[in-house]
This record gives sequence, C-alpha cells and structure tokens, in this order.
Amino acid sequence: MKLKSFSGGLHPPDSKEYSAHKPIERCPLPEELIIPAAQHIGAPADICVAVGDQVKKGQVVANAKGFVSVPIHASTSGEVIAVEPRLHPMGRELPAVVIKPDGLDQWQESLRQNDPEQFDVEGLKNLIRDAGIVGMGGATFPAHVKLSPPKEKTIDTLILNGVECEPFLTADHRLMLEESERIIDGINILRKVLGIDKAIIGIEVNKPDAIEKLTSDCAPHNIQVQPLKVRYPQGAEKQLINACTGRQVPSGGLPMDCGVVVQNVGTAAAISDAVRLGRPLVERVATITGPGIVEPKNLRITIGTPLQYLVDQCGGLNGEPAKIIMGGPMMGQTQLSLDVPAIRGTSGVLLFRDEDLPKKPAGPCIRCGRCIGVCPIHLQPTTIAAYARLEMIDEAENYNALDCIECGCCTYICPATLPLVQSIRHAKGGIMAKRRKI
Amino acid sequence: MENPLYLSSSPHIHSGETTDKVMRLVIYALLPATALSIYFFGLPALSVLLICTLGCMAFEALSCKLMKQPLTLVDGSAALTGILLALNLPPSTPWWMSLLGAAIAILIGKQIYGGLGYNPFNPALVARVVLLISFPVQMTSWTAPAPIGSGLDAVTAATPLGEMKTAVMLTGKLPEMATSGFGNYFLGNMAGSLGEVSALVLLLGGFFLLFKKVISWHIPISFIGTVLIIGGIFWLLDPSKYPNPLFHLITGGLILGAFFMATDMVTSPATDKGMLIFGCGCGLLTVLIRLFGGYPEGVSFAILLMNACTPLIDRYTRPKIYGQVEQKA
Repeated sequence: MKLKSFSGGLHPPDSKEYSAHKPIERCPLPEELIIPAAQHIGAPADICVAVGDQVKKGQVVANAKGFVSVPIHASTSGEVIAVEPRLHPMGRELPAVVIKPDGLDQWQESLRQNDPEQFDVEGLKNLIRDAGIVGMGGATFPAHVKLSPPKEKTIDTLILNGVECEPFLTADHRLMLEESERIIDGINILRKVLGIDKAIIGIEVNKPDAIEKLTSDCAPHNIQVQPLKVRYPQGAEKQLINACTGRQVPSGGLPMDCGVVVQNVGTAAAISDAVRLGRPLVERVATITGPGIVEPKNLRITIGTPLQYLVDQCGGLNGEPAKIIMGGPMMGQTQLSLDVPAIRGTSGVLLFRDEDLPKKPAGPCIRCGRCIGVCPIHLQPTTIAAYARLEMIDEAENYNALDCIECGCCTYICPATLPLVQSIRHAKGGIMAKRRKI
Repeated sequence: MENPLYLSSSPHIHSGETTDKVMRLVIYALLPATALSIYFFGLPALSVLLICTLGCMAFEALSCKLMKQPLTLVDGSAALTGILLALNLPPSTPWWMSLLGAAIAILIGKQIYGGLGYNPFNPALVARVVLLISFPVQMTSWTAPAPIGSGLDAVTAATPLGEMKTAVMLTGKLPEMATSGFGNYFLGNMAGSLGEVSALVLLLGGFFLLFKKVISWHIPISFIGTVLIIGGIFWLLDPSKYPNPLFHLITGGLILGAFFMATDMVTSPATDKGMLIFGCGCGLLTVLIRLFGGYPEGVSFAILLMNACTPLIDRYTRPKIYGQVEQKA
C-alpha cells in the first residue's frame, strides 16, 4: 500500500536513536524558575505578582491580555524573588517572574477536578484558555483561539499532529507510547468543543510502536490513526492536512478555511489535564539531545527550568558546545546561553559541538533546481532568494514569498550551500514592512 | 563555556550535497566514454583531452587571478567543461585549436558572464560552435577509429551523418550505410568526435547520473524521444530519403548531448515542466537541422538555441503553488 504523504519535502537523517528508546523521566526542580510573561503567540500576559509574594503551583502570575493571549501560571509553589527582564529564548531580555521553589510543590487549593460532560462548549473553552493551553509543537498559538472559528467556517475534521518530523526530537513519540489515555481524553474533549466526530491522528511510520499502541487504544473511540510516509516537514500544519485529507489550505488562509483544526498530541494531553484535573499548563515533555549531550533524555520539565539545569540532568555537556538550539535542527532557534528557561513551546533542546556544524561557505547557484523539488509549497526558493538579495521586494512578493513556511528544506539541500530560506525570510520581512506602510 | 556560541537562523544542519560533488559525479560518468575514445583514436585523442582539460583549468585560474577572485578550480566545473569540449572535437584537432577552444569556453563562454552559474550558454558548446564556424576544414576532417593494438593506421573517413548528408544532397537518396547494418555504430565503430563514438558507454554514464540523481530523466528522455518521434515520422513518410530513427539515435552526438550537455543545470530550465519543453525543443531542432540544415549534425546548435530560450521557459513554467485552490465557503 502506498503511504499517504504530501508532495515535496525530504528525509534528513532522523537522529532519533539518541533518545527514542528512553522513557520520559521527571526532571527535579531547579534552584529557581524563570517564568516569562511571553510564552505564546499574541499579546504577552500582564504580570500580577510582586517580589515577596508566596505563590502556589498553578496560581496565575500573569493575566491574559486580549483574546489572542493566555494567562501564565506559577509552575511550582514558592516565593517570588524577582520580577524583572530576563534573557528569553527569543534572544532578548523580556519581563519574567522568578520563583524560588519551596520544595513542597503544592497545587493551588482552588483548582478543581471537572467532569467534561457537565460543561458546555463555552465552559470547556474557558477552562482551556484559563489553563494557558497553547500549541505545544513549538508554535505556541493559543489553543482556545483555534477552537473558536467564526460561524461561517464549517469544521468537519480534527487532526492530531503526532508526526514529530524534526530530526532528534522524540518527546511526542514517547508521550504517545506512554500516555495515550491523556491524548485520547484530550481528543474527546476537543471533539466536543468543535461539535464533530471525525478525528485523525497522523503519525509517521518511523514510530511503528506508537502507531500500534494508539491504533489499539483508539479503537473504542472512533479515532482514526493515519500512518504517514517519513517526510519532513510533514508536521507543518499545511502539509499534515494535505497528507491526511488531500485538502489544501488556501494561500494566505488558515486550516479552518478547509474545514480542519490541527492540534499537537501534546496539546491534547495538556487539554485533558486542564479540563479533567483543572491543572494549568505548568510542565511539558521535551527532548534534551544532540551530540553535545552526554546522555540524551526525554524529560518532563517544569516550565521555567533553565536549560543549564536540564543539561546537568542529562549527564552534562559532551565537549564544548558551539550551538544551543531550542526546538529541532530544521526550524529551532539558536540560544545566547544556557541560562534561558525552557518555556511552554520548548519541544527540545539540542546541543551541537563545533565539529557537528556545517561550515562550507556559500558558492554561486548552479540552478540545479533541487530547492524547487523539495519545497513543500512548490515555490522557487532560489529565485525568491536572488530577488531578496537584490532588495527586489515586489518581485519576491510576486513569486509568493509570503507563502513560504520557512521549513528550511531549500537551504538543507542546496549544493551551493546558499542561505535560501534565510534570504526568503528577509524578503518576507520587507514585504510585511511595505504592507504596513501602505 | 569558553568559546563563543554560534547564533544563526534555522536550519542548522545540511545535506552535505555540494557543487563539487555534483561536478565530480558528472566527470566520473564521462570516464568510460573518455577511456573508449582514447582506445579508438589513440594518442591524438589523449592529447586533445589533456589540452582541453588542462587548458580550461588554466584559463579558469587565470581569470580568477585577473579578477582578484578566489580560485574556483576546486568546484570541478572548469575540468568538466574541458572534458566536454574535448569530447565534442575531432581526434585530429590540432593542439592550438584545442587550446583556443578552451580559452573560448572559459573566457567567453563562462567567465565573462561572472563565472559558474551565470553563463546563459553551455560553455563547451559555445567553444565547439565557434571553432566549427571559424575552422570548418579542421573541424570536419574525421578519422576512422584505429583501436590501439589493431595495427590500423588512422585514415580519413566521414562521419555517418556526414556521409548521409552528402549522399542525400548528391543523389536525393539515403546511402546504403544509413539503411542497414548500422548497428555496429552502437559500440562506437564509426568516425566522429571523441565523445560521439560510443552510444553504449555514454548511456551507461547517463544512467549512472540518473541513478545518482544528479540529473533527472526529463531532459534526456524528452530530447531523445522527440528525435525518435519526429525522425520516425519522416522515415515513415519516405524511407528512401529519411533514415530510420534508430540511425539518428546512435550516430552523432545525440546521446552525449541529451545526457551530458543539455542537462547542464546552469543553462537549462529548473522545473520539471520546463525541462520537458526544453528537451522537446532540442529534439525538434536536432532533427530539422540534420534533415534540412546545411550542417550534418545539429545537436550543438539545437542545445545552444534552447539555452537561449531557458529564461523564457522558466518564466512560463512556474510551478503551481500549494494553496492555490478555491476557498471553501
């Protein structure tokens, strides 16, 4: 049988063998937790605690500001020892609440266990928003916003993203293997919120154990497990929708424009906790890995734990680190230091040594066309990049630069080692700046 | 941590594909045909090969030095141009013509536009055509193969395509060699330029490139397919005047051109659809020149003419992007 997939893309070496077989371990609490007010796409939350305050685990420390925003919670009990700008994974100092754990890890008393059956759609959405649930694949888009499509959009399919197509990352894989009941419970809640029946979990066939486990566990729930061909970037929303349903999200549109809502499997698990246990999003599973780590692991981390502490839990550094990446090697962000905290969108921490980094200088484009072949949007990356280098922003726009999902396949494959996606990002910035001016 | 950390935007890994690897694979694919040409034509072939290859590399180094640019010999493209040029020349080419060809290929065909990646025309073919037009006598005096150890002397002979053209022009009929028993040309037993002599080993090299995914099937298949179809139509119309399409296939430079020259990435379209149009255009022009043109062989001219169309083809074959669909109401 031909496996479902999308057109374009490529298959970089998985490098998942570092951590795929390691069960999730709970990472102990560090000396201090750094909890930034900005951990999601949208307006940063408003900090509502002061230095000296005693906080409980799950207590709101920053309130949501507007609809596309979520509250931020204390991820353990303890004392607020600072409210100040701290180095953020985004690369600059941003407001954060610093908590010194008291070691008791006590939940706030007012948090209640709920029965999802007793809530209506709005009630469930409020629970999800108040728990600070965001897309946990790394995009951190507030979940309740995706679950509130305008009336004129008909949603008929819920897709769960269990693809984890980024090399090295295995957190979702382990979650699917070890905690399928949380994921399935979250899917049932999501279906109730959306008022639909159809749910598909997309998983690539390089995780046969997860496919087998979920297929048997999902059988009584009418949830379809869809095995997919191994192909990056299948975990990108648009590609996953295409692979699972054959539909395409219209250019410039959202998944809801083709009747689909996509949520990460980790997000589904967090939604289950939020509704059934009343517990906000204060921890997540992340893969700490790479050749620069002595013993790669999948850790259940408390939000706000500094990366240095996570590295220490994994046997420390293997050699001198040259690049610290939050997320995967294809789309992750490089970090200024190991002092930054892991946040809600931290799916992994990847350490490379100097010898692990590609360093060939860029040469001239030989028009081999490989970037066109691998582009999952079917753009002409080398053409857009050439326009971008010449600051010909209108031409780049005309070649659909804004449709680029920045997956990095073009740069990865380029034999001239040209920074193609980087140039396209530059063009996208220019196009957006021009549109703001008009 | 003593050393500073690298900060960069993603991606942070690379496939390891490089331009020099691509060039090296094409050179490997040409080695069997190169070796066979030396076997058939002996020392003269070797000297043409050496002068062209070393000449191209020397002119490449010279232009880098003159333009104060880093030396680009390591990317292998100059050596490849040299080998391709040699394979497009008769074995009897005098040394000064080989050297002149190398200079034309690198200086006028390539570096004047800015070097690798910027030349609109295939450099080796530019050189071949300049030489052909400037020195028609030397460029069309061929020798019959005299395999090393066979004891044969190199004797002047016509290429199969040349013999056919002369006969058709004089008598209006195909000569006998073009109607039957031309199968042994497949193994290279014919007069011609270095790289025209063996269809078989060139095909092996071409399949190697396809297998290694250095080239895609689109250009060679559409090029050769068009020659077979258009050539076949004429043959069916009048088999006494027009040759069997298989004669088109195994004589002359069709296979060399379709697998190694037309597929030059710099000068051919970048999309699948564009490559198909490009290949069909090359095939059509080749047959028209062979059957109705003044020159017996048309592959070089066909590819150069289509090179000129490449920007136009690219402009009209932009792929349909993901999401260009009707918005669901």
